[in-house]
Amino acid sequence: MKQYEPVIGMEIHVELATQSKMFCGCPADHFEKKPNTQTCPVCLAMPGGLPVPNKKAIEWAIKLGLALECEIPLFSKFDRKNYFYPDLPKGYQISQYDKPLAVHGKIDTKLGMVRIHRVHLEEDTGKLLHTTVEGKKVTLIDFNRSGVPLVEIVTEPDIHSGDHAKLFLKKLHQIIRYLGISSADMEKGSMRLEPNISVKPVGSKDLPNYKVEVKNINSFNFVKKAIEYEVIRHIALLEQGKTPVQETRGWMEGKNETISQRLKEEANDYRYFPEPDIPPMRFSSEFIEDIRKQIPELPEKVKNRLMKMYDINKSVAEILTQEKELGEYFEKTVSLSQISPSIIANVLVNQSVNIQQVKPEELIDLINKKQQEKQVDAGVVATAIEAVIAANAKAIEDYKKGKTAVLMFLVGMVKRELKGKGDAEKIKVLLEGKIHG
Amino acid sequence: MKLNSLTLKKAISKLQHKEISLSELVEEAIKEKNKELHIYLTLNNEAVRQASSQTEKQLEGIPIAVKDNFLTKGLRSTASSNVLKDFIPPFDATVVMRLKQAGGVVIGKTNLDAWAHGSSTETSAFGSTKNPRNKEYLPGGSSGGSAAAVAADLCIAAIGSETAGSIRQPASWCGVVGLKPTYGRVSRAGIVAMASSTDSPGPIGKTVEDCATLLNLIAGRDIYDATTSPQPVPDFTKQIQKGVKGIRIGICYTDHEKLKGSDAAKAVSEAGKIFERLGANIELVPVSENLQKGHIFDPNYAVAAYTVVQRSEVSSNLAGYNGIRYDYGRAFFGDEAKRRIMLGTFTLSKGYSDRYYITAQKVRSLYINNYRELFGTYDLLIAPTSPGYAQKLGATKDNPMYGELEDILLEPSTISGLPGISVPCYRDPKTNLYIGLNIMANYWQEEKIISAAYAFEQATQWNSWK
Repeated sequence: MKQYEPVIGMEIHVELATQSKMFCGCPADHFEKKPNTQTCPVCLAMPGGLPVPNKKAIEWAIKLGLALECEIPLFSKFDRKNYFYPDLPKGYQISQYDKPLAVHGKIDTKLGMVRIHRVHLEEDTGKLLHTTVEGKKVTLIDFNRSGVPLVEIVTEPDIHSGDHAKLFLKKLHQIIRYLGISSADMEKGSMRLEPNISVKPVGSKDLPNYKVEVKNINSFNFVKKAIEYEVIRHIALLEQGKTPVQETRGWMEGKNETISQRLKEEANDYRYFPEPDIPPMRFSSEFIEDIRKQIPELPEKVKNRLMKMYDINKSVAEILTQEKELGEYFEKTVSLSQISPSIIANVLVNQSVNIQQVKPEELIDLINKKQQEKQVDAGVVATAIEAVIAANAKAIEDYKKGKTAVLMFLVGMVKRELKGKGDAEKIKVLLEGKIHG
Repeated sequence: MKLNSLTLKKAISKLQHKEISLSELVEEAIKEKNKELHIYLTLNNEAVRQASSQTEKQLEGIPIAVKDNFLTKGLRSTASSNVLKDFIPPFDATVVMRLKQAGGVVIGKTNLDAWAHGSSTETSAFGSTKNPRNKEYLPGGSSGGSAAAVAADLCIAAIGSETAGSIRQPASWCGVVGLKPTYGRVSRAGIVAMASSTDSPGPIGKTVEDCATLLNLIAGRDIYDATTSPQPVPDFTKQIQKGVKGIRIGICYTDHEKLKGSDAAKAVSEAGKIFERLGANIELVPVSENLQKGHIFDPNYAVAAYTVVQRSEVSSNLAGYNGIRYDYGRAFFGDEAKRRIMLGTFTLSKGYSDRYYITAQKVRSLYINNYRELFGTYDLLIAPTSPGYAQKLGATKDNPMYGELEDILLEPSTISGLPGISVPCYRDPKTNLYIGLNIMANYWQEEKIISAAYAFEQATQWNSWK
């Protein structure tokens, strides 16, 4: 059997958490709202409705581009992508074709760099609901989501495995959350993941002549599983001398497999042309630099800084920087107290503190109280140690002969005498002193 | 009929002085005359009541005819297509809203070529309008109903929209004044989109001053249309009497082989002499097929460029009328719309868009550059609005390129987005049909064309309401 390597690119759609939609004043937050209550002539595509772009959405898309180390061209424009689907009321989607807002970025991961091909802005579609009304099978359309700002991030085919994809996506997700531009909640559909998967013989320089797109994936784990499933399927076909069919497949969560949805033998002809209802955009470098200044310190940087500044280890720092709020909470707590940062970090990482409810001051009080509880009168500790040494002569012998592990058993016995109080580290030192006399 | 036979200026004055009453608004006579000429697709039965509450405002409740591709809240708006034959809009187009705010009342919705596709009103799903000057002839289009409403005294003034000639050509054929503003001067919000990159709403009136007054009311930035310009809007009536003394005017197209010896060429040359008498410097700008300096680029290429761009945009703009909503689906499109959808879909398709759409956009740039150069030399350019008089009813039959050829002299400037005004410059005593003079200026210089057109109107006998 030949050796194969996967060639994977990702397309990620992220709904922006702006107040209003991309091209009209309707609220952009559509989750679980009563159907068709957040619509207007523009997002319903009534005659005479014209799109007026949302400046915030454009700024946020550029912000994301900058955070992904992209170049931001000073000229950009919207285009019409023409196709028919019942959830697309205008008969075209306003998107960006050849002049996206951001190009040529990257994200570094432990498993290798993933280059960002482009970041562009478009509008979301309505939602179709296939259901039964009065005994009839019908399809209902909810236009609340129609026109919600959507950022599309397209990578180069730099991903080599399911794990690599997962790692990349986690980092991207983290950056988006840090920027505060989207909830990026996959359960709610505000972050949608589409891997494009193909497989080639190891060492082959050409890209494979086919690719399979998998849709309907709502978790990083399912992306990983879908990739792994597809890679095995493709290799099996290639081994039989066949080329996998170029198609769109769907991830079936229950079955842990993908199924064919739509053949895609040639690229669709979307008849793109410049959107005549929206003037092209020309940005000044000052405008771009202003946006750059608004970018907060990103997770990778925060992580390295926390490790250095507070002397905490990498895995703890990684957890502290998963969400921006947690890292900020940690630093705030450190700044407000004398407690060692590593103790605070450990409490935050191991005891899942609800940082929305517990204020840093309250957390400091809690830690202090716990530490005080551990403190016991020195005399009481000494008495307990005496008692334990007296009652465990055999163990003391063993320890003296070199069975050092016994020491922790003795510490445990002392703590039991003290009903759990006392600092284990200190007891250990005292015990050693006592035994060695 | 008395009220509607007045100009806007006189009507406002008489209403202010209580010399006339608005109760004459929608009379039986209007309905009778409308049956004969087929100008209004829908009459506003509420007009009198609505007008009575507007008397303290600038327009005093004056009846305005509005082209039926403008959305009017609660009043059927069809764009002359069966697809929208029962469509009652829930909101007003920005232009309509602004007129209402100024005290105007929509008296009715005027006929047009379906979706504004045409220059005759003959592609209207509801039948063509007749030219009030001579009922055997077409009114032109697509704003044929609005121009005819003004010419027939079925309103005091009207609103039309121009993509390439649709205000000025019917104004020319009906012997009225039509003003096409700079693209982006007037909001397109609430207008059934035709070719989004050239659509320009504008006034059609009895006099130049009436058009200037209406333009004052409808122009300016609109938050519902991103292509409207933040350019300041001057008072277009203020400099109307400035005259043409010392300004430089270039005469275009009178030497074009298709126009040589025609009444249109003669009338425009005559107009040149009048401007000269009024103190302007007149010069012929020769036509050139190959972009020679100091020449005007042959309009033939604009027909092709416009046709491709317009069809492309139409194919996309009409994609939403797929039958899922508005009850009437694609089967209700007329032949002209179908032709345009098919052609536009083709010109945008992969492998063809470079050859057609992109080439057309490049040609468009050539015209823009040509005008930029010419407006370095001239303040104004004048030309015949249309190559000739109104044509007979039925003339468009079996001639799918009819509209484009009628608008050939307007298309170069409309694809460039320039402003222009058409004023009557000759009347054939035999047929009672008119020829229009098209006066064009550089971007945002509507004031210049207004004062020149006003000077011409005052100096000549061609305006019926003067």
